[in-house]
Formats: sequence, structure tokens, C-alpha cells
Amino acid sequence: MTTETLSRHQLARNEFATPPPDTRVTLHRSMMRIRRIEERIRKLYPEGDMRCPTHFSIGQEAVAAGICENLQRSDYVISAHRSHAHYIGKGGNLRAMFAELYGKVDGCASGKGGSMHLIDLSVNFLGCVPIVGATIPIGVGAAFGSVLQDANAVTAVFFGDAAAETGLFHESLNFAAVQQLPVLFVCENNLYSVNTPLDVRQPANRTIADLGRGHGIVSSQHDGQSIEQVYDVARDTIARMRAGSGPVLLEFMTYRWFEHCGPLSDLHLGYRTQQELDEWMARCPIKAHEELLRASGMLDDHKLARMEAEVAAEIDDAIAFANASPFPPRSELANHLYA
Amino acid sequence: MSERQLKYLEAINEALDICLDRDRRTYLIGLGVPDPIGVFGTTKGLQEKHGPRRVFDMPVAENAMTGVALGSSLVGMRPVMTHMRLEFAMSAMDQICNQVAKWHYMFGGRSKVPMTIRMMIGRGWGQGPQHAQSLHAWFAHVPGLKVVMPSSPHDAKGMLISSIEDDNPVVFIEHRWLHTLQGPVPEGYYTVPLGQPRVVTEGGDVTIVSSSYATIDAIKATQLLAGDNIRAEVIDLRTLVPRNDELILESVNKTGRLVVVDQGTLTGGFAGEIMARVTEQAFGALECAPVRVTSPDYPTPTTRGLSNYYYATPLHVVSAVRGMLGLPVDDPFVDVTPADKTHDVPDNTFTGPF
Repeated sequence: MTTETLSRHQLARNEFATPPPDTRVTLHRSMMRIRRIEERIRKLYPEGDMRCPTHFSIGQEAVAAGICENLQRSDYVISAHRSHAHYIGKGGNLRAMFAELYGKVDGCASGKGGSMHLIDLSVNFLGCVPIVGATIPIGVGAAFGSVLQDANAVTAVFFGDAAAETGLFHESLNFAAVQQLPVLFVCENNLYSVNTPLDVRQPANRTIADLGRGHGIVSSQHDGQSIEQVYDVARDTIARMRAGSGPVLLEFMTYRWFEHCGPLSDLHLGYRTQQELDEWMARCPIKAHEELLRASGMLDDHKLARMEAEVAAEIDDAIAFANASPFPPRSELANHLYA
Repeated sequence: MSERQLKYLEAINEALDICLDRDRRTYLIGLGVPDPIGVFGTTKGLQEKHGPRRVFDMPVAENAMTGVALGSSLVGMRPVMTHMRLEFAMSAMDQICNQVAKWHYMFGGRSKVPMTIRMMIGRGWGQGPQHAQSLHAWFAHVPGLKVVMPSSPHDAKGMLISSIEDDNPVVFIEHRWLHTLQGPVPEGYYTVPLGQPRVVTEGGDVTIVSSSYATIDAIKATQLLAGDNIRAEVIDLRTLVPRNDELILESVNKTGRLVVVDQGTLTGGFAGEIMARVTEQAFGALECAPVRVTSPDYPTPTTRGLSNYYYATPLHVVSAVRGMLGLPVDDPFVDVTPADKTHDVPDNTFTGPF
């Protein structure tokens, strides 16, 4: 993704409403918290006790933080394999998440799911699965079901650029458009599917937002590295959806810093360059926002240090909880085959 | 007092109607469900009665629509999805096998998926390679699904109600040749529990285990065998998974002989599963090797010139039993002529096209 393509598809509006200071600090904390949690997982993962495929969102935090800040607890979220940020952003229980990664009985899925199957129904985080595209119709179904019950919930479906290549994506958009369902399709376009770049998978002359428009769904492409832009478009969009606008697709250009699956660098594979990574790291959503908040006096060293300490303590607690939790008993193998 | 007689398709329609009446969370969705024909009559009139927010048509997008139904069940709905042929549901194998079947287990029981997926299987009248496949064994192979395929109108109604009321995903398979079959069906609400086979006819010489329309073939075979003074016990599986095998084992312990009749193809089919269970658990009771009567391992040809030699019939069941007893066996296939239009229909009520 070049800056040229990005600007060509930038929102028509160039000016974004500035979130109020409280919200800015909340957004910052949310991004930072997601980053710190994943950094801790990165650090611990090589010990080999979190024995499940794990996909890191480091570099992509603004999308989860900006969208989830505009959702209510009663709204639904569903995600895919790279889901930690969405689970955390929606308020998923951190202790249960760490216990799940460690395969413990107190995990959010009793250890039967792992990193790719997080769930927390207490905050309406419906789940996530690694079959690409699979949760798009399930999210549409949650919206369909909530409409059938006259609930006023919005359902946000997070997916990546590759999901837009599946039949499920198109079938789901079609049905959401036919039924005018309150579904927010959130595409995190990080330019790669595993190690395969976008340009061999999708034509250069159309965006994923274009696909949404092709289905008659209001769609737009945005800079996923800008928390202001994500927050602002999400706020307007979700407000319109609550008023009955029907489905919307938001495509956010973003970038993951580490390998597709796992905590390491993958530059040695040669599918992407150091220069490309450097350019995107220079556009780190957290760093840019921190500078802005410092410059405007909303954050200072003291406040940041307190924020960091709080998050670190929360992570310490979650890891201690996970470590103290036992593996599921043998009897769990046969449990939950049927409800 | 004569019992009320209904066609199988009317029994299905009545079960759906009752479930829509009893639970506001239940809804029907599927291609053609509200159309004037109403999926061979099984859903006819239900949208008129229950309204367009309970009975839905849908885009031709089986995979996503299965996900939509799943998603709706996660927020409290109880969808009943219908496919006019099992082959169309094959487009949804990803959602059915990866998501629907596993959702409850892989999330540690946090969510449940109360969802019924109706699928039709067919036979004869030129159904051919993509309208005649009996692939119930595929679904039975995926833990987490329940697979139900009743053979009588009574069971169809009672088991469809049980399926819709079940908190798990149920694949409910209907044979097109059963739809016009008549039988006694009680009025109003009743259930037939899932998981329990049924003894259809009692006999001491051989156990015949069957499912769906194969049970009708098995019953016809017992009548032919009775002419030779051979008493066959027919056990209708009704539910493939989960299943209690007690009745089957008891029967084989009594008869010492087992024939399994199944419209699916031979290799990897469900007949082999029943045979394996019996040989594992009642090997000592068997007086001779058990026999499978199935479709052969070919795609189904369309022309009746060939399909006549494809589908197993009651004569195949008779041959299997006679062979076991050391009696002479004729070729069960009867040659077909262009003028003969009786071989590829269940009876004269079936006039095609599908």
C-alpha cells in the first residue's frame, strides 16, 4: 500500500473532530494496554507453555481501540485469528484470556480453544475462529438474530484483507444489505495473508471498500494508524447505524510488525522489506498519539508512568491467575460435546 | 378407533407449525421455504400463518446463510434451515463442520447452537449424480452434530419437534420417497426422543438394520422372506448419532445374523459403522459374516437404463439374507425396458421431476 493509494481513498472529509481530552486519554490507554499485553505474551511465548498458534496485533492497535470505544457492552463483537486486540478492546476478561493461552481450566473457553478461540459473553464478545472469513456470516447472523428480537445492538465484525477474498465475505455482505442489518464490517487491511502480499491476491485498481460499495453497502477506506481517524469515523458510523442506517464497511490500512503467527520478526523470509517495516513502525499509532497528548498537556511523564504501572500490575495478576489455574481435568474431554 | 393418517410431508409441516407456535425464537429459513410450493409441501402455508418475520426465503448462499443461522442462535434464536437437496448443504460444509458442530465444545460450553438443518436426499426418476447422494455418514463423522433420519410419518413429526427443541445442531435428513408415505400421526404436540432405534418388525432369523427409505425396502424384504418362512427383525436406526446400540445388539444376540441396509455408497459408509459396532460388541453371537446392502461405489447415473442397476431394492435384501442362510440366490436386478416406468419411483404418486 503506497501513500498514493491511501490518499486516493481517504475519507472525503479531511478534518476530524477532536475527541474530548478524557476520551483521548481513554483511547491512548486502550491502545497502550493492548500493546503491553501482547508484548508480555511475546516475552513469555518462547517458554513454550502457551501451546497454541498465536497471532499478534502489535502495530494494529488503533483499529480495535477506536472501534470498541464507540461500542456499548450490549453491542456484539466477533473476530478472526488475530483477535487479541478485539477481545481486549471489547473488555474481555484478561485473567481468562491468559488462562486460555496457557490451556488452563479457568480459560475463557476452558482451555479448549486457545488464542484463536477467545470468548467473553459477559461483554458480548461472541468468539473468534481461524477459518478465514468464517465469522463474517456469524456476525451477520448475530445482527439478524438481534433484529428479530427487536434489540438495538450493533454487531462489529473484525476481519483481515484476505477474508475479502472468500465467498463467505460476499455472501454475507449481500445478505446484510438485503436485510439492512446493523452490522459494522471492520476490515483491518495489513497487506499480507500469512506471507502472501495483497498484490497477488487482489487487483490493484480496487479497494476492499470498493467491494462493499459493490454490494450496496456504505463503505470507506481510512488510515488505520490514526486513532483520531478510526475513532471519529467509528463514532459517526455507529451513531448512524443505531439510527437505522443499515450495514457499513470500514477498511483500515494498517500493518503488523511481527510474523504472521508467533512473536518473532520474519524479515529473513524476504517477503517484505526492512524499509517497509521501518516506514510503518514510524507511523506507530501509539507513539504518534502519545506525542500529541504530551504536546497538548493531556499526558505527562507522571500520568503515563501511572498508567503503565496499572497495566503492568493487571497483566502480572492475570498471569499469576493463569499459572495458578490447573489444566482441565480428564473428564473435560467428554464434556460439552452436546449442550 | 382409526388413527389419523398423514403423509410424511404433512407430518413435517405440522411439526414446523407446532414449533413456530410454541416458541417465538424458532424461525424457518431456506431457499423456497415460503414459496407457493413450499419445499415439496413441507413448509406450505407457514409464512401465511406465522408471518414474514418467522418464515424466510434466502439468497443462494448456503455457506454464509448457515453462518447467519449459527450467529442468530448465539443471540437466542432457534433457526430451522432447509435445503431441498443435501448436495446444496455441501456448499456449507465449512460452516456446518468447522463452526456449527464445534461451537459449543471449542468455547468450553459458553455458547450453544440450537439449530436444525433439514436436508433432502433422493433416489430414482433421474435424480442423477447430484440429487441422489446419501451422505449422512459425512455428518455422522463430525463430533458435535446429531444426525436424524426417520422413516415414518409418526417419527418424522415427533423427531423433528425433538430436533428443533434440542439445544444442539441437528442434521435432519428426509428422503424424497418418504414424503408421500402415509402413516398414523397423532394430533398436536408430541416428541419422539433422539438417539433411540426402533424395532419395526420382530423376527428371530436375521437382524436387518436400516435407516430412512432403506427401512421401507427392509420392510418389503421381510414380507418376501416371510414367504420362505424366514423371520427377519427390522431395526430402524432413526438417529445415526448419538445412538444407543442396545436394541441392535440384543437382536443380533437373538438372531446371530446381521444385514445392514443403507442407501449410501459402500466405502466409508454408515453401514460399515453399524457392522463394526456389532462385530466389536457381539462377535461371538454372529453365526456368519454380516452383509452390507448399499449403493455401489459409483456416482449415480441419471438414465433409468443404468440407475436400475444402481440402487439396492428389497430383492437385494432378500438375496443377502438367503445367501447367509445358504439358500440359492438370483440376480436381484431386473432388466428394465423403455416401456417399464415402475422401477425408478416409490409408487405411482411420485411423478417427478425431483
